[in-house]
Amino acid sequence: MARNRLKKTLAKLAKDGRTGLVPYLTVGDPDMETSRRAVLAIAEAGADIIELGIPFSDPIADGTVIQGSSQRALAAGSSLPRVLELVSALRKDTDVPFVLFGYYNPFFRYGHDRLAADAKVAGVDAILCVDLPPEEGKDMARACKAADIERIYLLAPTSDDARIAAVKKIASGFVYFVSVTGVTGARVSAPEGIDALVARVREGVGLPVGVGFGISSAEQAAEVGKYADLVVVGSALVRIMHEAGSDGAEDAARRFVAELRRGLDAA
Amino acid sequence: MSALPDRKGRFGEFGGQFVPETLMPAVGELEREYKRWSRDAEFKKELDGLHREYTGRPTLLYHARRLSEHVGGAKIYLKREDLCHTGAHKINNALGQGLLAKRMGKKRIIAETGAGQHGVATATMTALMDMTCDVYMGVDDVQRQSLNVFRMKLLGANVSAVESGSRTLKDAINEAMRDWVTNIATTYYLVGSTMGPHPYPLIVRDFQSVIGKEARKQILKVEDRLPDVLIACVGGGSNAMGLFHPFLRDTNVRMIGVEAAGGGLDGGRHSASISKGEVGVLHGKKTYLLQDELGQIREAHSIAPGLDYPGVGPEHAWLHDTGRAEYRAITDEQAIEALQLLARTEGIVCALESSHAVAEAARVARDMSKDSIIVVNLSGRGDKDMPSVADYLGVEL
Repeated sequence: MARNRLKKTLAKLAKDGRTGLVPYLTVGDPDMETSRRAVLAIAEAGADIIELGIPFSDPIADGTVIQGSSQRALAAGSSLPRVLELVSALRKDTDVPFVLFGYYNPFFRYGHDRLAADAKVAGVDAILCVDLPPEEGKDMARACKAADIERIYLLAPTSDDARIAAVKKIASGFVYFVSVTGVTGARVSAPEGIDALVARVREGVGLPVGVGFGISSAEQAAEVGKYADLVVVGSALVRIMHEAGSDGAEDAARRFVAELRRGLDAA
Repeated sequence: MSALPDRKGRFGEFGGQFVPETLMPAVGELEREYKRWSRDAEFKKELDGLHREYTGRPTLLYHARRLSEHVGGAKIYLKREDLCHTGAHKINNALGQGLLAKRMGKKRIIAETGAGQHGVATATMTALMDMTCDVYMGVDDVQRQSLNVFRMKLLGANVSAVESGSRTLKDAINEAMRDWVTNIATTYYLVGSTMGPHPYPLIVRDFQSVIGKEARKQILKVEDRLPDVLIACVGGGSNAMGLFHPFLRDTNVRMIGVEAAGGGLDGGRHSASISKGEVGVLHGKKTYLLQDELGQIREAHSIAPGLDYPGVGPEHAWLHDTGRAEYRAITDEQAIEALQLLARTEGIVCALESSHAVAEAARVARDMSKDSIIVVNLSGRGDKDMPSVADYLGVEL
């Protein structure tokens, strides 16, 4: 089986001293084929890692943009099995690392071991489960580890040393630092001293740190890139694709990700 | 049995803390604070005092003679939570958590509500304790419970109509959790039923257990023995847990939880999470849920908005699995019939939620001897439901 692409990419980013760009899109919004083309487009445009959102009926950690996106994706028939099929198909065309990003219930219903095995075969490199903290995530982590799937966990400005230690015990790949306490897409500026918070997380967990929530422009990406190892952009990309309509989504995604890439590289 | 939940907030496999990382410090803080204050004598004294002077506790345990005679069979007693201030058992929990929030130094309260009873109870508490209050309520519920929306506003609360998803209770909870994630430092989330992440199912059960403690004492005084059967309706399950919990060790006392069968269990338009659901994770806890084979949550349906939730408290899931309690379902039609029956035999108009328990009691009592005893939790009064009932019966108001 192929060596984990995520590990390889993270090692290369570290070696080159580059900040990684990690776009998110909800798979199936507006339909599976548009998502397939958009993924290839953003991989070409400079995405280092791509988060593939699995839509869920009750996304409690998401703002209105990704809520709407999830509802559209569900209405279009998107689901965990169909996302795995899509990943399989995409692997003929790209080696960009994929992180499955979703809520726990669809993963739980699918079954931990079956999910990890099927995800590996399809070509998934990591799984992030928004509402599965380390304390509840042991079975899932064990299954993923056995299948060589990386376990991505979240940390937040509210996380104290005990939380950082809990994540350190179970996480692999990178850590996703939620820069603001809030839902995705919140348009507020990052808290004072975020660079120090990120450094504390990096040191505490011993993994590269991705920073996300509320990053919507090349300038912001460049700013965050000064202290983050990876910059995650979700709601802004989802919104731009939605506004472009199904015919324009692929091009809009390519242009936006290229712009973010230039912003990061210029910094 | 009463040692549950365990240290991880589990009732067997159910319960737990399935929340985004941002909330983990908050549920941890709540655990520590609740542990501290639930053992504090002054706290208990203050809450007991409020219940006596403000809620109107103890509530009556009323022998419904005419109803019992009409049904033929067991003696039916009603635990009159409908006589609580604000008209339902929800105030027991709102006052308890209000005092807890006050001790924790939180001045902003958020809550979700379905029927509006928990929203009204919370708004009542925040008025009394001089706190600010934001209530989330699905748009559909705002429309069918307009009277309660007006009451909440009159009490000084801000009511936000939730447009997303199925626009009922589960979506109101989603929105309340989003608010909590965003305003975690200043805000106390006052969960209204035995659900959410640990320690909420424990906290709500404890504050509602006043119902069962009183009922146990009252029936021993009147009948000099324990009841044969306890019956309560189950949405999230707080009024049922409140009645059941103090009787858990009394293994001769049967406990029946009544879910909403809506238009019928086979039709798919119901709220019967235990009878028809599968194990899953929603709103912070593992429990029985109405969901499809892919793990997407289904919409629940009931004429009683307080039962209109696609999940159930984790302790009920556990009581079901261990066989300690039985769970059955009553349709909209049966609930409406029971509401009318109680009104005409006893002069008591109860809530549509409670009507489900009354309907099951009538069914169970029939096959029991005249000296056997049933205690029904009459969790709320029916004023709020009059437009829905009239509509169902084809009466124009």
